[in-house]
Amino acid sequence: MIQVEHLTKRYGPTLAVSDVSFEVQKGEVLGFLGPNGAGKTTTMRILTGFLPPTDGRARVAGYDISESPIEAKKRTGYLPENPPLYPEMTAREYLAFVGKIKGVPRRDLKARMGEVAEKCAIEDVLHRPIGKLSKGYRQRVGIAQAIIHNPEVLILDEPTAGLDPKQIIETRQLIRSLAGQHTVILSTHILPEVSKTCNRVVVINQGKVAAAGAPDELNLRLQGFETVLVTVEGPAAEIIDRLQRVAGVNLVEPRESAGARMTFEIHAEKGNDVRAELARAIVESQWNLYELKTSGMSLEDIFLKLTTRDLSEEPDSAAAPDLGQQLAGEA
Amino acid sequence: MRNVMAIAGKELRAYFHSPIAYLVMTVWSLLCGYLFYVYTQAYAAASIRREMSGASMPFPTINDFIIRSMLQGFLMVVLLFLIPLITMRLYSEEKKTGTIELLLTSPVSDLQIILGKYVGALALYATLIALTFLYLGLLFIYGNPDAKPLLANVLGLFLYGGALLALGMWISTFTKNQIIAGVVAMVLFLILFVLNWPSQITFNPFTQVLSYLSLGSHLDNFAKGVIDLPDVVYYLSAIVLGLFLTARSVDALKGRP
Ligand SMILES: Nc1ncnc2c1ncn2[C@@H]1O[C@H](COP(=O)(O)OP(=O)(O)O)[C@@H](O)[C@H]1O
Ligand SMILES: [Mg+2]
Repeated sequence: MIQVEHLTKRYGPTLAVSDVSFEVQKGEVLGFLGPNGAGKTTTMRILTGFLPPTDGRARVAGYDISESPIEAKKRTGYLPENPPLYPEMTAREYLAFVGKIKGVPRRDLKARMGEVAEKCAIEDVLHRPIGKLSKGYRQRVGIAQAIIHNPEVLILDEPTAGLDPKQIIETRQLIRSLAGQHTVILSTHILPEVSKTCNRVVVINQGKVAAAGAPDELNLRLQGFETVLVTVEGPAAEIIDRLQRVAGVNLVEPRESAGARMTFEIHAEKGNDVRAELARAIVESQWNLYELKTSGMSLEDIFLKLTTRDLSEEPDSAAAPDLGQQLAGEA
Repeated sequence: MRNVMAIAGKELRAYFHSPIAYLVMTVWSLLCGYLFYVYTQAYAAASIRREMSGASMPFPTINDFIIRSMLQGFLMVVLLFLIPLITMRLYSEEKKTGTIELLLTSPVSDLQIILGKYVGALALYATLIALTFLYLGLLFIYGNPDAKPLLANVLGLFLYGGALLALGMWISTFTKNQIIAGVVAMVLFLILFVLNWPSQITFNPFTQVLSYLSLGSHLDNFAKGVIDLPDVVYYLSAIVLGLFLTARSVDALKGRP
């Protein structure tokens, strides 16, 4: 549904997004997790066609955002970091206006407005000027705006930022209820949020993808693993078998191959540097070793920069944040 | 087309939801009314004087005396100050509140957005012109002005204001700050308006070019009731230029929101 390939964005000398690639399957809720300034907003602005990428490509609902922006935009709903509301309009006027420019057919507009108002629970405030609404209601009007044209893809930039605990819970419920009909990307810098709303996570830091996977997969990596990448030339099955037997190695997974050369991802127990043993095992078996390195960034370092306290939780459960436990979250 | 009208409607509603429309309309109708009063009084006085002195010398018509003086003089200068109040919010406000992100991520082209905003602003301007002609309509009740030159007058007003609106909209793409957008537009308009002054002192190719570029120098014929093609072309070019510059600037804006 969404393909992002080698996306790069520079603002003058600032490299905001650097070679970011990921995919989102139909029906998934992807969490885009990263500390402030990681490049989340920039990536989302590129996906919605607000900013042109410096390099790389992105396809949304089958349309390249640079080549067919109008087609891609027809299929995308977007809630920017600051909901784009006109304070002097009533919520009803606003939804009618957005519906028109998003291409909702005239005869369907009234019905669509009714549906999204019900879904977002804003029926009671439709007649009030948006400027007079509470922050929670404004956020919901912002979400209603994003789904008015029933888009295939929904992009939400920090949808719970700045809300109070009750509003956060309500907004998350709303997002989960939307998950069935739309493919969703939502960004957050709050660690516990992803496990509560998302079924897959892309962790981004300083413009680069640092990790990706299901929330509990990331949790495993965070808790127990150090990752080493080795590139070797030799018989794959034997290599896996031999490397598995190195002391401290938990898992060997083939990652990519170029000709006879294969790259393996090796998970080792935390605090156990297996690199020397791996090198010895490979050389003694007379395979050719091309590269051996620990995997770039430490996930833990990144997670330490994230907000680990979730406002929607009881104060005492957030008092002693345990990263792994929070990522796994509750069901 | 539906997109253009949706955006135009939104702009027009925004004007009437804020004090701007009422402020501009009030100032404009007060000034129009005042000038109308002054000129009709002067005309009446002149007529009486003529009656008393015995009708022999040529005497200006109502069109020349009242309508032309109103359209050609002071009110044109007033518009240099009022139109920035209309255009200053067009892009600045959307940049400030972030709603520009909604427009630019909707399936509408930049041109549709620009035209929609322009049409919305033009519609507010049209209500100003309608107010003026409400006054001038009184002349038809109490006098017998020639209706045909009025058409040229309306067209001239529309083109003149249309050019200012397009250029003012362009200025508003540069800043989040409405005050700055408004003041810069006023300064630009004033400069464009007085470009023909040097040619009234010395006459050479340079001052002639300046005079051609001046916003004010193409109004004379319209005010006389004459539609002259070069004047129409001048204003249409200014409008197209303003819209084109706006499009260029919106394009650049995407690089640095
Ligand atoms: N318009 C801009 N001009 C210059 N730098 C920018 C601009 N927008 C964002 N940046 C920079 O790009 C980086 C990524 O920002 P952003 O995408 O907003 O991160 P996030 O949404 O993850 O907090 C930051 O270092 C930020 O300072
Ligand atoms: Mg952000």
